[in-house]
Amino acid sequence: MTKTRLDTRFAALKAEGRAAFVAYVMAGDPDADTSFQIMQGLVGAGADVIELGFPFSDPMAEGPPIQKASLRALKAGMTLSGTLALVRRFRDGDAETPLVLMGYLNPLFSYGYARFAREAAEAGVDGLIVVDCPPEEADPLADELDAAGISLIRLATPTTDDRRLPVVVRRTSGFVYYVSVAGVTGVREADASAVAPAVERVRAASGLPVAVGFGIKTPERAAEVARVADAAVVGSALVDEIAVALAANEAPVSKVVERAAQLAKAVRSARVSKAGA
Amino acid sequence: MNASLSNAYAWPDADGRFGDYGGRYVAETLMPLVLELDRAYAAAKADPAFQAELDGFLTHYVGRPSPLYFAERLTEHFGGAKIYFKRDELNHTGAHKINNCMGQILLARRMGKTRIIAETGAGQHGVATATVCARFGLPCVVYMGATDVERQKPNVFRMRLLGAEVIPVTSGTGTLKDAMNEAMRDWVTNVADTFYIIGTAAGPHPYPAMVRDFQTVIGREVKQQIMEAEGRLPDAVVACIGGGSNAIGLFHPFIEDEGVRLIGVEAAGHGIDTGAHAASLKGGRPGVLHGNKTYLLQDPDGQIIDAHSISAGLDYPGIGPEHAHLNDIGRAEYVSATDTEALEAFQLCASLEGIIPALEPSHAIARVGEVAREIGKDGVVVLMMSGRGDKDIFTVADALGTKL
Repeated sequence: MTKTRLDTRFAALKAEGRAAFVAYVMAGDPDADTSFQIMQGLVGAGADVIELGFPFSDPMAEGPPIQKASLRALKAGMTLSGTLALVRRFRDGDAETPLVLMGYLNPLFSYGYARFAREAAEAGVDGLIVVDCPPEEADPLADELDAAGISLIRLATPTTDDRRLPVVVRRTSGFVYYVSVAGVTGVREADASAVAPAVERVRAASGLPVAVGFGIKTPERAAEVARVADAAVVGSALVDEIAVALAANEAPVSKVVERAAQLAKAVRSARVSKAGA
Repeated sequence: MNASLSNAYAWPDADGRFGDYGGRYVAETLMPLVLELDRAYAAAKADPAFQAELDGFLTHYVGRPSPLYFAERLTEHFGGAKIYFKRDELNHTGAHKINNCMGQILLARRMGKTRIIAETGAGQHGVATATVCARFGLPCVVYMGATDVERQKPNVFRMRLLGAEVIPVTSGTGTLKDAMNEAMRDWVTNVADTFYIIGTAAGPHPYPAMVRDFQTVIGREVKQQIMEAEGRLPDAVVACIGGGSNAIGLFHPFIEDEGVRLIGVEAAGHGIDTGAHAASLKGGRPGVLHGNKTYLLQDPDGQIIDAHSISAGLDYPGIGPEHAHLNDIGRAEYVSATDTEALEAFQLCASLEGIIPALEPSHAIARVGEVAREIGKDGVVVLMMSGRGDKDIFTVADALGTKL
């Protein structure tokens, strides 16, 4: 496989000696145009990878913040095809920032895996995370993604034991997403002492960069994770900014971007401050 | 058995597939649990002591076997084949749901789980789960859509009396599918100690096969009882379908008896053409939700659409994967009945047989007359009376414009 934007970005950050800041937002939350401005703003704020959710009516692994984001996006008329349009628009102005889509299987199944893979690659999607598609069910989708050059990014969790880990990292590329808590997004904080050995284990089994997500809300927490992992993923905390701004009748873009900038700064300086400590 | 090897019915396969349907579409956090459950259930199924324990509780606690009753006046009324009722409405807690709950809680105990969760729509599965939890002294949390909590108050009170914690679900659209989402969120958060008792023959493997197995006691009893009563197998068996656990429990022991028609009745709500219905097979298309691939009500973008039925127990936008398979291979026939037809059948059964059926089997009663006439006077039809109608009197009164 040719070198992808994800590979290039992670290699560059490794050379720099720092972790990536991965920023998650939901496509179409609160509407397509605002969503586009948020994506651009996230890059400006220091996001190294954009993770873009595509909405689903029944997001079983999400906590309240992303559930609500999903409903806002659906209410605004966002679809999988609308999400791809958003990616195309983003790519017109940004050829370099890796972009990963994240969501649930049914919209993809409904769209057709082959059509999705082809159109996503054309739009400039680099990777795909599907929450409810474990490796045992993934081959039909993985075949199409491979053909289109899109990385299928797998999730490893605290319940993934040594026997299961090789199954989880089979046919994966780009990076592995380590879900640091057994639970839904944006609720519990991970046990910091448990993250480092888990990252080591997943890195050794996969030979890929390991991103850590679920339960990272503050710059302090993001920095802690960035010291041991190859990337820190923040979603619910950013999405919450949108909810708060909307409730206060304020423009969400600057709120989200401001929060992202704090998190990016924490991730970027995490290992420096450790070295200096 | 004279079925040749080539047509022997042995679904699901090792991956939990019924043809194209079923599987295990869950978050990675749950995969090890689902695989562990598969192993634990296989071991329990092969253990005569487990089966003996279950049989003991089914006999002395649930009240099995349930009678097979010749519905003479309904038969006369329709003027066709003899109609028998399989009377699971006489079970403890008033429906077939407890057959499955008893099986699953014995398995949970065997696995050392100490906390039970469940989802419920009408509240029948919630009541059955709360009942077995009380019996075995396990804490029980039931997720129920906020809308259903409001319209099924007596069952909410029953569950609370039995010691269960009922959590109203307001996420999504606050219905049964959202209650199931919330139960899965609980499960993913409490992986170490919690057992999820799913109420229908759906969800990730092994649930569809396991729930079916626990419900096949229905069909096995029918087979024996109809041989005693008529000396022959029935020409058709008829059951209502939401997720489809009572229907698959009735159908499964007859699948290889090719002369027996298997007829499932979906809820057509206001009519399949109106879009306000719960007929996943006739008004939906294949997709993936709640851990399995099956027929779902969904929009062109793959977003799940809320179901509608006057019967809260059929008000679900999906169907068990084995029914999806039986539909595609043509072994079972699937038809539908509207809210109005179910209401008429409800009243007909009450007035002719002195049995107030639940609104769920009222859908089956609404179609059984046509089936009986088509088969003719020499024939025999078995109708699955899956639950009693006490819980529905407020809904029915409301629909008939009577103030209680």
